[in-house]
Amino acid sequence: MKIMKVYADNAATTKMSKAAVDAMLPYLYELYGNPSSLYSLGQKSAEALQGARERIAVNLNCLPSEIYFTSGGSEADNQAVRSAALAGEKKGKNHIISTAFEHHAVLHTLKKLEEEGFEITLLDVHENGIITSEQVKSAIRPETCLVTVMYANNEIGTIQPIAEIGEVCREQKVTFHTDAVQAAGHIGVDVKRDNVDMLSMSAHKFHGPKGVGVLYVRKGVALSNLIEGGAQERGKRGGTENVAGIVAASVAFDESCKNIEQNTARILKMRERLIDGLLSVSHSILNGDRTSRLPGNVNICFEGIEGESLLLLLDAKGISGSSGSACTSGSLDPSHVLLAIGRPHEIAHGSLRLTLSEYNTDEEVDYIIKEVPKVVEYLRSMSPIWSDLQEGKKSYVIQ
Amino acid sequence: MLYSEKVMDHFTNPRNVGTIEDADGIGEVGNAKCGDIMRIYIKVKDEIIDDVKFETFGCGSAIASSSMATELVKGKPLKEALKLTNKAVAEALDGLPQHKLHCSVLAEEAIRAAINDYYDKKGTE
Repeated sequence: MKIMKVYADNAATTKMSKAAVDAMLPYLYELYGNPSSLYSLGQKSAEALQGARERIAVNLNCLPSEIYFTSGGSEADNQAVRSAALAGEKKGKNHIISTAFEHHAVLHTLKKLEEEGFEITLLDVHENGIITSEQVKSAIRPETCLVTVMYANNEIGTIQPIAEIGEVCREQKVTFHTDAVQAAGHIGVDVKRDNVDMLSMSAHKFHGPKGVGVLYVRKGVALSNLIEGGAQERGKRGGTENVAGIVAASVAFDESCKNIEQNTARILKMRERLIDGLLSVSHSILNGDRTSRLPGNVNICFEGIEGESLLLLLDAKGISGSSGSACTSGSLDPSHVLLAIGRPHEIAHGSLRLTLSEYNTDEEVDYIIKEVPKVVEYLRSMSPIWSDLQEGKKSYVIQ
Repeated sequence: MLYSEKVMDHFTNPRNVGTIEDADGIGEVGNAKCGDIMRIYIKVKDEIIDDVKFETFGCGSAIASSSMATELVKGKPLKEALKLTNKAVAEALDGLPQHKLHCSVLAEEAIRAAINDYYDKKGTE
């Protein structure tokens, strides 16, 4: 029997768009010159890079010279945070504000900086997974050199009030960075409207290739190197540019931005149906605000079961998803995001994240809605926690 | 693949799942906070494990380890079952990933806890 294959982990990575693949191929075969070389083969690559920079800049509403290409979102985050810290240190400022549920590319960089003498404030993200600009405002001190808040959360998809936070930072003259890896290409991002100084993106999250990141740095904001080398990226990032990947990234981003409205309308409908379908399972709860949320993100906790076994059984049914359970995170603790919004450990272990894209179909959503409850029921039937709950020996955490 | 075929087999078709109403011994190990709980029920006849069932909350390897451990002790004299090691459970499953070996340890402990519970109850009778 042929089983349906449903890829519902688009927050992890996405399938490349045909336009992006087509755009990259010439730069792998015929146009393989080094953009730093002076002969025409090299210059064609240099032109392609410039074209890619312009294509991205237009969609972010910035100048091409404010775009820096990196190896990915993590590198962009590392470079942005480190640069602002270094610039702050030079002025005797050593305080950084962020949130408890940032991506580890930011959180782990902050942890290192803390060891190096910086003081880090991580703001509470509340049960709905959204911080407020007032929280940022009251946390800013004279020695604050950076505020870094993600545009939208990678696990629960909640969208932060970035423009308002940016406004507060502008008023207080504090550098503002946002990790827009999950947002860019999915919801409208405009660096001017959003008052951001630095912004990170990753191409493979919007149907571009893996291995390409973008860092926007507003003109006049200090940027220092993570990687020393040649004069590439105006001396801010050594290493021969990934020309084919960068071209594909720019095409994918352009395509995604142009189709945001149309895609959102379709994906949002599928998401709402999926959320309703999964919440029909008893003792389940949606993680994160339902409204201020990325169009494709569904994240639900099912009481009494563990996420890894849920993922394996779904995989056997052809469904690819992810979970915040400890077993899938490679540590003993479940997802820091789910803990940050106040889910107890045993509940956080039973989470399922399904993230949709424009390539998903209504038929696939129907299939997920049909299969997930069966798998949950099966796992509950062998769970000692579930039998204790059913027999009234323990009380439900999720009503 | 993350897991061996044996692990996947015992995970997707676990043996001895369930409870025993009038169990002679019940052992529970692990905790929900860490994401693994195993509960083993045994029925003893003439110092032999006549029947064994398990309930497990946990990942694929935790469920597979419970299943395999119950298979390994079913029909065995208690004294022999007490000698079950986590290594034996992991080997019978054709190995577990390094970071999942604790699941086989839990299985060994759960079997022992059930047998000890039986002895405790017997001692008080």
